[in-house]
Amino acid sequence: MEEAIVVRNLTKKFGELVAVDDLSFSVKQGELFGFLGPNGAGKTTTINILATLLRPSGGEAWVAGYEVTRHPHEVRRHIGIVFQEIALDSKLTGQENLEFHAMMYGLSKQARQARIQEVLQLVNLIEKRNVLVENYSGGMKRRLEIARGLIHQPRVLFLDEPTLGLDAQTRRHIWEYIQRLNIEEGVTIILTTHYMEEADNLCHRVAIMDQGKFVALDTPSRLKDILGGDVVTLELEPFFSPEVSLRFESLSWIKTVKKHENSLILTMEKAERRIPELIHLAEVNGSRVVSVHLHKPSLEDVFLHFTGRRIREEEASWQERNRARLRHHFRRR
Amino acid sequence: MNFIAIYVLWLREMKRFWRAKSRIVGALAMPLFFLAFLGLGFNRMGIPGLSQGVNYITFLVPGILGMSLLFSSTFGGLSVLWDKEFGFLKEIMVAPVSRIAIVLGRITGGVTTALIQAVMILGVALLMGFRPSSWLTLGLAFFFMILISATFLGLGLIFASRMKDMQGFSIVMNFVIFPIFFLSGALYPVENFPVWLRLLAYLDPLTYGIDGLRALLINNSSFSWPVNLGVILVSATVMVILGAYLFEKSEAA
Repeated sequence: MEEAIVVRNLTKKFGELVAVDDLSFSVKQGELFGFLGPNGAGKTTTINILATLLRPSGGEAWVAGYEVTRHPHEVRRHIGIVFQEIALDSKLTGQENLEFHAMMYGLSKQARQARIQEVLQLVNLIEKRNVLVENYSGGMKRRLEIARGLIHQPRVLFLDEPTLGLDAQTRRHIWEYIQRLNIEEGVTIILTTHYMEEADNLCHRVAIMDQGKFVALDTPSRLKDILGGDVVTLELEPFFSPEVSLRFESLSWIKTVKKHENSLILTMEKAERRIPELIHLAEVNGSRVVSVHLHKPSLEDVFLHFTGRRIREEEASWQERNRARLRHHFRRR
Repeated sequence: MNFIAIYVLWLREMKRFWRAKSRIVGALAMPLFFLAFLGLGFNRMGIPGLSQGVNYITFLVPGILGMSLLFSSTFGGLSVLWDKEFGFLKEIMVAPVSRIAIVLGRITGGVTTALIQAVMILGVALLMGFRPSSWLTLGLAFFFMILISATFLGLGLIFASRMKDMQGFSIVMNFVIFPIFFLSGALYPVENFPVWLRLLAYLDPLTYGIDGLRALLINNSSFSWPVNLGVILVSATVMVILGAYLFEKSEAA
């Protein structure tokens, strides 16, 4: 079985709201696959369906070779999951949380001890193993959860917003752990995030999700290529020497040339290596470069390109929507 | 049946119970205050309906045991909501373990903690001068306590499965648990109720639980213990099955 996950026409409705809208995709064994999108895009709902916690309203999904509604028990046996919110028993120690998990998954006593040792080492928590989880920091709790998700050697590991609410340094550490276990344990990893850098740095392929649908699905670099490469803005003085823009337009490695006030906006690949040449060409053709601005396209720009909105803006309005929904919910009670 | 899963769920309850010392003290305080103050306050008064030679403290002890079992067991069932709130329920629900094993794990854990508290109350009662009419029937009395506890763990699970969060907790407390407690005749003989209220009391499973404990511990009861045993056995079975069924139906995410 080469595909770790196959999804066909998956749909989930909550009353009127269509949270997941006719999704179809597949993920290869050993792939690190990311869902990127604003809150409320349907990422968590999709993961919850794949992890058998929610029943789909329509469509089919196979995880590790088993269909999620027909063989939920088999699916559960082969997946690990780290939820968006912490799901540890804070009144138990780190070790006890792992033991609980290992026993629930039916590991023998020997396998249990060996495996717990291994995963604790992987996430650097050996020394804190006998501390109550309520005394752990946010980053330690996350690491413990990732370790726990791995104990029973799942074929697929789901990470739902694994670095949400963590500081930048801890986030980088978590990224390292995720990469390491993808390589060392060979486990297929599905993660959701609304952090661009996370999807960009970690994932082999990224599905950009909005309102229950995929707006794009490809490798991060190819997604960014859709935008036509890096954007260089040259502020020129005196404006405007027509020879400069004509010269630039004649070059094959410059894809587009646009004028904006007293600047030229150019797109090209590997722009950082072209800037000296651009400055030189401008001066030779009678203009002086006053400032240079280089913008490398991010997945944020890709999201903007496809939806006409920014993920952050979307987040604010999602929060408003959510508040309205909560108010509605409480009135109904 | 996955016995390891039941065992590990039970073990978790034990560890949590053992570590929450303040919670144990809190859970014991109310029944012990009831026992001490009501017992000492009313002991010299003639309570109508008590047979000769049974003083009020003696009458009260089985009632307070029932009270403690009622409260700790219902809370035990409702504690699923805490797991939901703190996210741990998802960790349990995503494990390759049958829902029945999960329910049984919680019930065995809940019964054990409720029973430990009942034993502690019984210990205090013995210190206060309470003596069971026969030590031989004590074992059967414990069996009664298990069934009482299972009944109300089932009830707690039923409510936990229908509720989204802890917000409805005080409603359940005031409109379900307290009426069950007052109707059960824990504090007075149900025979003193007017007829319509007595009919309600006879619909309350705790009435039979406590009456059974009285039959076995102080030899003073409305019904014989086999009758009480029959009723409480049926109620425990029905409640556990219903609780398990509704728990199975509820979605974790």
